[in-house]
Amino acid sequence: MASRALYSPRHPVLKKRDDFEDVLEERRRSSDLRYALRCYTPTLYKGLVPCKVSMLKSIVLQSDHLQCVIKQVSSESGDSTECVAEEASLILDEMAHRMQLSTVRFFVFTLSKAFKRLFRSVCVNEEGIQRLQQAVQEHPVVLLPSHRSYMDFLMMSYLLYMFDLPLPVIAAGMDFMSMKFIGEMLRMSGAFFIRRSFGGDKLYWAVFSEYVKTMLRKGYAPIEFFLEGTRSRTCKSLTPKTGLLNIVMEPFFKGELFDVSLVPVSISYERVLEESLYARELLGVPKPKESTSGLLKARRVLSEDYGSMHVYFGHPVSVRSLAEGKIKRSQYNLLPRYIPQKPSVDTHEFLNDAAFRLVRIQEENMVLKPWVLIATLLLQNPDGMDLSSLTEQTDWLRHLALAFGAFLDWPDHEACSEVISCSLALHRRLLSVSAGHVQLSVTDAPQVETTPEEAVFQRAVVVLSCASYRNQILHVFLRPALLAVAMQSANSSRKDDIYNCFNFLRNMFSNEFILCPGDSVQDFEEACYLLMKRGVLQVLEHEIVMSASGQSTLAFLCSVLEPFLQGYQVVCRYLCEETNENLTEKEFIPAVRSFALKLILAGRLKCCEALSSDLQKNALAALLRLKAVRKVKVGDQVTLKVNKIAVNSLEDTMGKSDVISK
Amino acid sequence: MASNSSSSSAQQRLRIIAGHLQKRPEDEHASVAAQECKAETPRSNPSSAAPVPKRRQEIMKWNGWGYSDSRFLFNKKGQAEFTGKRYRLSGLILPSLKDWFEGTFGANLQHKSPATPTVNLSAVAPPNLNEPFIEDLKAAGVAASHDPEDRVFRAHGHCLHEIFALREGRIGRVPDMVVWPSCHSDVEKIVELACKHNVCLIPYGGGTSVSSALECPHEETRSIVSLDTSQMNRILWIDEKNLTAHVEAGIIGQDLERQLNEHGYCTGHEPDSMEFSSLGGWVATRASGMKKNIYGNIEDLVVHIKMVTPRGVIEKSCLGPRMSTGPDIHHFILGSEGTLGVVTEVTMKIRPIPEYQKYGSVVFPNFQQGVACLREVARQRCAPASIRLMDNEQFQFGHALKPQVSSIFTSFLDGLKKFYITKFKGFDPHHLCVATLLFEGDRGKVLQHEKQVYDIAAKFGGLAAGEDNGQRGYMLTFVIAYLRDLGMDYYVIGESFETSVPWDRVLDLCRNVKERIVRECKERGVQFPPLSTCRVTQTYDAGACVYFYFAFNYRGLSDPVHVYEQVEHAAREEILANGGSLSHHHGVGKLRKEWMKESVSGVGLGMLKSVKEYVDPQNIFGNRNLL
Repeated sequence: MASRALYSPRHPVLKKRDDFEDVLEERRRSSDLRYALRCYTPTLYKGLVPCKVSMLKSIVLQSDHLQCVIKQVSSESGDSTECVAEEASLILDEMAHRMQLSTVRFFVFTLSKAFKRLFRSVCVNEEGIQRLQQAVQEHPVVLLPSHRSYMDFLMMSYLLYMFDLPLPVIAAGMDFMSMKFIGEMLRMSGAFFIRRSFGGDKLYWAVFSEYVKTMLRKGYAPIEFFLEGTRSRTCKSLTPKTGLLNIVMEPFFKGELFDVSLVPVSISYERVLEESLYARELLGVPKPKESTSGLLKARRVLSEDYGSMHVYFGHPVSVRSLAEGKIKRSQYNLLPRYIPQKPSVDTHEFLNDAAFRLVRIQEENMVLKPWVLIATLLLQNPDGMDLSSLTEQTDWLRHLALAFGAFLDWPDHEACSEVISCSLALHRRLLSVSAGHVQLSVTDAPQVETTPEEAVFQRAVVVLSCASYRNQILHVFLRPALLAVAMQSANSSRKDDIYNCFNFLRNMFSNEFILCPGDSVQDFEEACYLLMKRGVLQVLEHEIVMSASGQSTLAFLCSVLEPFLQGYQVVCRYLCEETNENLTEKEFIPAVRSFALKLILAGRLKCCEALSSDLQKNALAALLRLKAVRKVKVGDQVTLKVNKIAVNSLEDTMGKSDVISK
Repeated sequence: MASNSSSSSAQQRLRIIAGHLQKRPEDEHASVAAQECKAETPRSNPSSAAPVPKRRQEIMKWNGWGYSDSRFLFNKKGQAEFTGKRYRLSGLILPSLKDWFEGTFGANLQHKSPATPTVNLSAVAPPNLNEPFIEDLKAAGVAASHDPEDRVFRAHGHCLHEIFALREGRIGRVPDMVVWPSCHSDVEKIVELACKHNVCLIPYGGGTSVSSALECPHEETRSIVSLDTSQMNRILWIDEKNLTAHVEAGIIGQDLERQLNEHGYCTGHEPDSMEFSSLGGWVATRASGMKKNIYGNIEDLVVHIKMVTPRGVIEKSCLGPRMSTGPDIHHFILGSEGTLGVVTEVTMKIRPIPEYQKYGSVVFPNFQQGVACLREVARQRCAPASIRLMDNEQFQFGHALKPQVSSIFTSFLDGLKKFYITKFKGFDPHHLCVATLLFEGDRGKVLQHEKQVYDIAAKFGGLAAGEDNGQRGYMLTFVIAYLRDLGMDYYVIGESFETSVPWDRVLDLCRNVKERIVRECKERGVQFPPLSTCRVTQTYDAGACVYFYFAFNYRGLSDPVHVYEQVEHAAREEILANGGSLSHHHGVGKLRKEWMKESVSGVGLGMLKSVKEYVDPQNIFGNRNLL
């Protein structure tokens, strides 16, 4: 059943989704303190092996797997096994959570207060909760929330407590730990900390993976981690990481568990708390180091209205059903199971595919607010729009989005203009509205004089903030938009030519958007289907023809991708024109940024999104993947060797639209 | 304390007889039956028990397990009883079986699914006879028959689908005739004639196969001849100096054991099917006996094998206990499943009958602890003759087979025991499980050994639970096949299957396979949760043999056998995915052929195929098992 949910028919329009209920409503009516102290009796896993936090540590340290790695490391490094074991123990101390209910209760109390101030409502699909309650009893559960804000995991634990579900243990980045007090608090509410990078550290990996697996095998608690690895600064889903996914699946592969349930959770915010923070970060203003005092300063945040928040618990996905016919479990028969084994090529491919599909589920279940549509339109009209035409177009876009299967939370019985003015009010920090004219603009009035550069950056902050909302709906338009651009650049109505263009673009952007590897044909067919159904295209046996009425839709779809096409072209142009022989990887981002800034200041480039480091990184990753750029290690520096001919030809194929006027 | 069962006192008597026999003059000891092979030679051995008759259907069921006179039934009062006089359980009432049966399967005594009472002979296709072959055979003086009952009886083993079809009166392809060689040279003649006239031969021993090995391949167009070895059933000689016996391969287990007992010996090879399975069948399937810890499995027991193949006779030239002469040719024969030839004579190791036998049992709080204990016993290499661990479901099953107790005192004692274990010791009756033990040897050593094993068990939370429980556990294995027939009278079908697996995977495999069965049943529309239970039946240095019972109520299913087969298939996939083997001792037959390549690699399968090609290029032994 679960696998069917994952490999659902490709026509998302037919998708049925659960209803929501506001969980804050109850909180506004009764005492938070009593609530925090109420009797908490979670539903438990039927195979639970009761186990205390302290026991957990010794089980991990004594495990055959860890003992085996300790011996390996000891014989490789020449240190005594006691010494290595001691190191393992320290790693575990640094990592392990110390969940205790009293801390959780404290959090429940304070978060109740905070959430009520921050959000108008927190909506949860209760059917999802019921499914989770069922799943939790049957098999060990892994929770896979999307990651857009620090709020995410606090909210997850809060909700699970609320619904008497077992509290999860959460894989958190080490950066939290440096926040002295908060770090420890989080630890006591179930967070465990992993270093951001430990690529070659065998011992670290062994401790970490054994720790997670032990908790999973014992049914100790649901494991929660973020497939995307980190918070998405752009509100676009990030290319998933497979390391932790492999760890939680391995007990199934090796027969230690009958099955594991993966539960994708989509958390969406009407207004992201970190909105402008992210934009600044993308523009190169370094991220403030997480610190408790920093958090306190962020108290200003508490006084603002962040609208509503939606949490959608997806259908549990059974690892067993996922792996059926894809993973040959008997490949693990010939090696004792405690000896660590790198995933085989097949396994790796499977993990990657599964990870993408799970992120796709997250995307599809992400609730979109009306503002997302408005933001999309405002970004396409940098000179602003009349309120009336904004209203009209938003309504048009709303129907298009719904036809493409968007999970839109549009108030049922309100006039369109009403809905729009509400949204504009909530996001007033990004806009100016005067005399019926709406425009994205810098609202924090520029004090004193600003240099032209500063002005560009201030404007870019607004644009990137706004883009983070548009980005939420990109996954809905992405495939049709790729098709629209492909049709434009193919200059032909032959289906094969258009598919080739589509495939090229898809390939080019596969670091930018979630495009499941190998799904090219399905994606193409889905795009054709959606646009055909909308009456935009006629898809014949060998040809694709635009309908008379389709022009506006195609134009809209093309301009959805425009900022990305332009951004990639800027990167290509930079690599062709400006680079010398010794461009290091580190210099790349700042250099492209100043190149783009120069173009903007010169009036040759309109699009501020080219300044986003996220886009620049993705473009570079794509060029590396397509082998137009190579990484070469020189000393301790990594330099980029550019194949200018290849880069040039990629840039040409991308559209020749010459957005960057000379 | 000593086992006071009737069987043991009978053994004592036999030992005395054996003692008399041993006083015979030296030169006679080695000639129990070394006479000219003649079909109707009067038997020299003084056994009173009748050998297997040619018309087996006269004493055995044609569409179920075992003897016609022995079967389970629910009497008018709704109580289960076991008919006949052959078993300890015979004639007894089993008061708790009904509740267990109804509770476990959701079955109902009102809902019967009775079997067709007699063979519908008109449904048996007329034989496809090879006349020249028959004439030559007649000239050679080999007994033969093409009576439909004889042919139907030899067309199947005891797989569920085979028995189910018979009960419904459905009869598929059956052998076209049956031949009964009475000695090695008869077999040589038959095989020669089969080659000459291109006839397909299917060797038939005890007929207890559970791998579809006896099924006639439907694509076979030649005349199929079932070669019934049952008349080759003599012990040809016993060599007390070397402790070996030379035996014709058609002898069935219980006759072999009984006859050896008369001389004071035993082979100690006791597979659960030993009442009916034959020595040749054991060799051909790599059988395993319950007491292998002392005596070894069949491959450890054979010293010499003679097999007739289309290429001629294969055998070794001496009786040396071990040889380094290239790959052991015995291993081409062991497990060949009737694809290469007919095993005619086997020289086997024998042992003096043990002085003392004692059953025992241990209760563990849960299955994990039980497995840990068995693993420790194996590590210390102190396994008793037999040690088996039943899971909780099987423990309850065993309990349901407790006969009516004779006195209030016994039932009071039972209650007390139960109270002690569940209330005082805190064992959860839904988790506890039982290990059954059988010790053999001289008295002092048995008692010492017993203490050692119980001490280990105690370390894993095990409590000694008496001889009676132990003995009942072993009884279960002999009557389980009869019980299946009872189930089939009430819409319940089931079967057992087995595997072997390394120690560290035993628990995971058991859990996953059991759960897979439950899941698959649910997905395929089985209305009631199935019985899905297992036990660890053998311990080895590096792993264990695990046996699964699986049964369900099939009311409401249009094609129950198909559902059964799909679930069993899924269960086997699960076993293989969890590091279990394709089979520990049931063999491959045609049922598990599809996994052979995966199990032994393409090269391995190629080696086996090339042996088959050399030995039997015409595919005379055309049962199409294994390869």
